[in-house]
Amino acid sequence: MEVLQLILNGLMSGTILAVPAIGLTAIFAVLRFTNFALASHMTIGAFAGFVANVTLGWPIVPSLLAAFIVAGLVGVATDEYVLKPFRAAGFITTAIGSIALTIALENCVRFVFGNELRGYDLPIRRDWVMGGLRVGPQQVENLVFAVIAMGLLFAFLSFTRTGKAMRAFADNPMLASIKGINSDMVARLVSFVAMGLAGLGGMLIGLDTTIDPLVGFKTILSIFAAAVVGGLGSLPGAVVGALVVGVGEELSLLFLSPAYRSAIGFVAILLVLTLRPRGILGARAY
Amino acid sequence: MEHYLVAIGVTAGIYALMALGMNVIWGMAGLINLGLVGFFAVGAYVSGLLTLRLGLPIVVGVLAGTLAAALFGVLVALITVRLRGDYLAIVTLGFAETLRIVMSNELWIANGTDGLSGIPGPFRGVLGPHLFNLFFLGIVVAAVVVLFFLVDRLANAPFGRVLRAIRDDEQIAQVAGKNVVLFKVKAFGFGTAALGLAGALYGHFTSYIAPDLFAPLLTLYVKLSLLTGGLGNSKGAVLGAVLVVFFLESTRFIVPLIPTLSAVQGAALRELLISVALLVILRFYAKGLLPERIQHPPMPAGAVAPVATPS
Repeated sequence: MEVLQLILNGLMSGTILAVPAIGLTAIFAVLRFTNFALASHMTIGAFAGFVANVTLGWPIVPSLLAAFIVAGLVGVATDEYVLKPFRAAGFITTAIGSIALTIALENCVRFVFGNELRGYDLPIRRDWVMGGLRVGPQQVENLVFAVIAMGLLFAFLSFTRTGKAMRAFADNPMLASIKGINSDMVARLVSFVAMGLAGLGGMLIGLDTTIDPLVGFKTILSIFAAAVVGGLGSLPGAVVGALVVGVGEELSLLFLSPAYRSAIGFVAILLVLTLRPRGILGARAY
Repeated sequence: MEHYLVAIGVTAGIYALMALGMNVIWGMAGLINLGLVGFFAVGAYVSGLLTLRLGLPIVVGVLAGTLAAALFGVLVALITVRLRGDYLAIVTLGFAETLRIVMSNELWIANGTDGLSGIPGPFRGVLGPHLFNLFFLGIVVAAVVVLFFLVDRLANAPFGRVLRAIRDDEQIAQVAGKNVVLFKVKAFGFGTAALGLAGALYGHFTSYIAPDLFAPLLTLYVKLSLLTGGLGNSKGAVLGAVLVVFFLESTRFIVPLIPTLSAVQGAALRELLISVALLVILRFYAKGLLPERIQHPPMPAGAVAPVATPS
């Protein structure tokens, strides 16, 4: 029974993890770099949602939208003015630039909000118990939000002209630009959506626990693990990878202290890179 | 004040050791290491534990710490070296974070978050605190000088030339029959050894280490040092380290001058200044104060023009 409960918890936390993991892998698929600044955008989203929910008193759903939009806009701005020039200088410069960016943004949040833990304005509700399994209503709600967000994203990529253009660009940038797809536009769009998802993910994680300026950095290892395990650059892979990592992290509680959660992600990365570098659903290793 | 300046000098020397190590990894071989603080911590912990728990001589501890860091470096490099650099970036960052988690939670290794205190320093008891700091400054400066000449020698040796070739165009190095994987792993191992040495010396100087000291920010400081001085250039690495430590220490004095800031805001502002400085230098002055000398002078007039290679 305990194992079943852990697997259930893992599937729920994995679904939430999938939201920012999709963002990370989408940026890699289109812009071909790992954006470590994802961590601070999660924090920015979590705090934007906090301001909307607690300071302005908005309900949860519009607050989640605020988290998405604010983090997405910051993502577009930082990509345009900070990271884009680095991309021309090679991936080391870009990676270091994105780490410096994430620490800069995180400290902007810290400057305004301080280091203390904060929680969203949520009603206290009793857990539901079904067949011996226990779930929190808030967790189920978060799960629904995460699934809706991912559903919308996949629909956008499959059925709209812009979504198809983005996929075409990820597939073959040169061919896409010959067909008249504007690469700057695609870059901005992917930055907006990916960082928006990061912000949304940051707030979803915060709804389950508490938030502080490190909320993004503390989960970044699990998110990287999700993207690498599923296959860097593959969107469905990020979802599968997130579920694997989520369940793995929960199952590790059987024999390890909860402090080791993100260490599990690291072990997963090492295993996958040793045995199958392209990941579960990745087309190839880069 | 003099006491403080000597301590800053030691810190600058330790940063210079790390910058020299990173110069081999990043400047020469073109590899990334976002978790250098992890290798620094390995050196500090191994040397601290061996001298404190087993009573081994400090020299043995420092050597063991250096070797242990190199060993971890080689392992990390082996796992990712055939893949794009992004994977090495993720794995090195993950290594440093995981190490921090392990050292914080496994109380039996090194007291968890309480850290190790009472790490012996060479002749600390005999010399007294003031002379000890001066003596240690001498040790660190000697270490920097030795490592400087080693790295400089390496840069001009065939080994260094192959590394730069790999950095500039891996495929061409491979076509020339160089074992690219082996060179990369060696370079990473050499660089992480220097990081381990720096960590070991740090522990013996301050006599106290704890997981919180090995935060990712230190990684940025060393990258900032290397970039300020000039990537791929040993003199630049040392110069950059001195300048960055001076800059870091001066922000310590400037920030409290703004009266309305709380302690947390002051710390945040300091970190913000440092990361923005790194971004600005990376963007606009990527060559640094002392740019790498051009190793291949332009073809003399009349020579056959090199064939353009598609990039």
